[in-house]
Amino acid sequence: MVPQIAYNDAMKILVIEDDREAADYIRKAFDEAGHTVDVTGDGETGQAMAENGTYDVLVVDRMLPRRDGLTVISQLRANGDKTPVLILSALGEVDDRVTGLRAGGDDYLTKPYAFSELLARVEALNRRGAAKDIETLYKVGDLELDRLSHTVRRAGRDVLLQPREFRLLEYLMRHAGQVVTRTMLLENVWDYHFDPQTNVIDVHVSRLRAKIEKEFDTPVLHTVRGAGYMLKAG
Amino acid sequence: MASMPAIMKTTAARLTALYLILFALCAFALVFYMTSLSSRMLIAQTRGTIGEEVSGLARAYQRGGLPHLVRVVEQRARQPGANLYLIADPNGRILSGNVESIEPGVLDDVGWTDRPFTYSRYGEPRGNLLGEDGGGTAVPSQHSAMAMVLRLPNQMLVLVGRDLVEPERFRDVVQRSMAVALAMMGLGAFLIWFFVGRRALKRIDNLSDASRRIMGGDLNGRLPVSGSGDEFDRLSENLNSMLGRIARLNEGLKQVSDNIAHDLKTPLTRLRNRAESALSGKRTAREYRGALEATIAESDQLIRTFNAILMISRLEAGKSTEPTTAVSLSETVRDVVELYEPLAEESGVVLTASVEGEPVIAGNRELIGQALSNVVDNAIKYSANAKAPAVTVSLASTDAGAVVTVRDNGPGIPEEDRERATERFVRLEESRNMPGSGLGLSLAKAVMTFHQGSLELGDAGPGLEVRMVFPGGEAP
Repeated sequence: MVPQIAYNDAMKILVIEDDREAADYIRKAFDEAGHTVDVTGDGETGQAMAENGTYDVLVVDRMLPRRDGLTVISQLRANGDKTPVLILSALGEVDDRVTGLRAGGDDYLTKPYAFSELLARVEALNRRGAAKDIETLYKVGDLELDRLSHTVRRAGRDVLLQPREFRLLEYLMRHAGQVVTRTMLLENVWDYHFDPQTNVIDVHVSRLRAKIEKEFDTPVLHTVRGAGYMLKAG
Repeated sequence: MASMPAIMKTTAARLTALYLILFALCAFALVFYMTSLSSRMLIAQTRGTIGEEVSGLARAYQRGGLPHLVRVVEQRARQPGANLYLIADPNGRILSGNVESIEPGVLDDVGWTDRPFTYSRYGEPRGNLLGEDGGGTAVPSQHSAMAMVLRLPNQMLVLVGRDLVEPERFRDVVQRSMAVALAMMGLGAFLIWFFVGRRALKRIDNLSDASRRIMGGDLNGRLPVSGSGDEFDRLSENLNSMLGRIARLNEGLKQVSDNIAHDLKTPLTRLRNRAESALSGKRTAREYRGALEATIAESDQLIRTFNAILMISRLEAGKSTEPTTAVSLSETVRDVVELYEPLAEESGVVLTASVEGEPVIAGNRELIGQALSNVVDNAIKYSANAKAPAVTVSLASTDAGAVVTVRDNGPGIPEEDRERATERFVRLEESRNMPGSGLGLSLAKAVMTFHQGSLELGDAGPGLEVRMVFPGGEAP
């Protein structure tokens, strides 16, 4: 009934993190999720590895020995490397995130973080997610979302959604088959980057769920306990 | 510098010495100017007098020749305080007049003497006056004078002169008064140093003693204030209010660390106990999973609390570099209300927004959004049990700036507790059993302070009214 955190697309991930314990933990957890992980502890080696290897996602700590994370990212970007980068940081003020993203990072996560959050965000950064940005029609099972006409249909029947619900579903469908956390939803659907204290997001999701599941037999919007939500057929 | 006497190391002594030197220089310049001016005037006056005498004598000579001239000279020479008169033969031998002897060489040139010369007079007491040449032993006593020498057609020499005792006495007076003035200035400087400088010095010493005591750990110590309201008092008052602020911050810090210790100990203990009980005895995989999930949820709450504490501290430290942009308050209010509307509905709370105008402020949208979320979250939480629970969020532009007001009809906060309600970790007695970290309002307050605004709690009768005031609401 509750799907396990299962990911179809195995990714090759490079983790540049100088905290040995944290790095080992990340490696083990990514391994268990079925991804291939390389780990290095300093910025210079990390940059060389990123330049020579073919990684799907880079996870870069901001404060690194020998070359700091932001420098690594901006140099990679200057060389035309477009590999998605998630920045890890012990700093956490809003402007840290802004500088991180400005340097070329694609997402930003503040320590301490839940691994499920890191995994979900790395999954979301995968290139296939980026490729979906140019698609105009998302399909998950019998659920369809047309980005041009702003219509949602399930099993051929129109489903009426509020604008915000539409954006919520759009984000979930773009990341169909991936876990999406509450903070990711708040960030991408509402454009706020704080941690929702109460279950505000959950209530929005259950409203949406009611609209897309109520009169249909099979659930598509699943809750992943301790992590977030996943849109998946069947 | 090292060899400088200790007294000269004080600012007061140095300033006094500097002023003394400056005053002395000015006095010297003034006296020099005055004496040279007045002596020039006196000489000009003397020359005028002599000139008149000479023309008088010339008339006498023309009228009666030499005998008449001699008679006139003899007559005038006898008058008291008279000028110098002298008639000499072509060799310089004195024939007539009131001059007994004269410095050699004076009679050699006709016309004005080019410098003062010494002479002695008939009938003067001898040896009790110093001569101009400073010999002091010359007998008879000598005076200094200036004169005009004429040569008569018969080669006889006539000298008409005037004693210079008057200008000399004048110079003496000036010099003496100058010495007195310098002595008085010196005395004055000493008195100034003694009464003003030393007092100032003593007060500075008191200040540094007091600050040393405070540095030594007596954080409640304050600098002495004399009550005169002078610069030293103002300095002390400012430093004292600074110390007060430091003490308050320190107190806040202490209280927070106490609270953190207390408030985090509870969930940590719970976390530990849950793990321990999961380990003890045989459990099903499902039970293990449940225990672990609860552990994660508990840790997440802890992390959330830590993040909130960090954020509040950064905002309160005021060194936050959170970027500011133009923020539309109406948009933020609509966003937050839209975000919370489903939650409110689920809790049976009617959440309504009333937005008036489109105030734009310079601020941080994220922070304002988070602060308003916390306030709205609280309002929904606390009004949920009321009869016909309702929360209204309104935005209005007032004289004080743009004001976002959140009113609920829950139990409210008694007036005496309102101040405390925004302190970190303070959870009022009535809300002990409500979920939350006790940081929501503190964070909102810190955000408002960061925006130079204020967070005011009031009575919504019944319920709580939270006013977020953004001064200068209509900015760019």
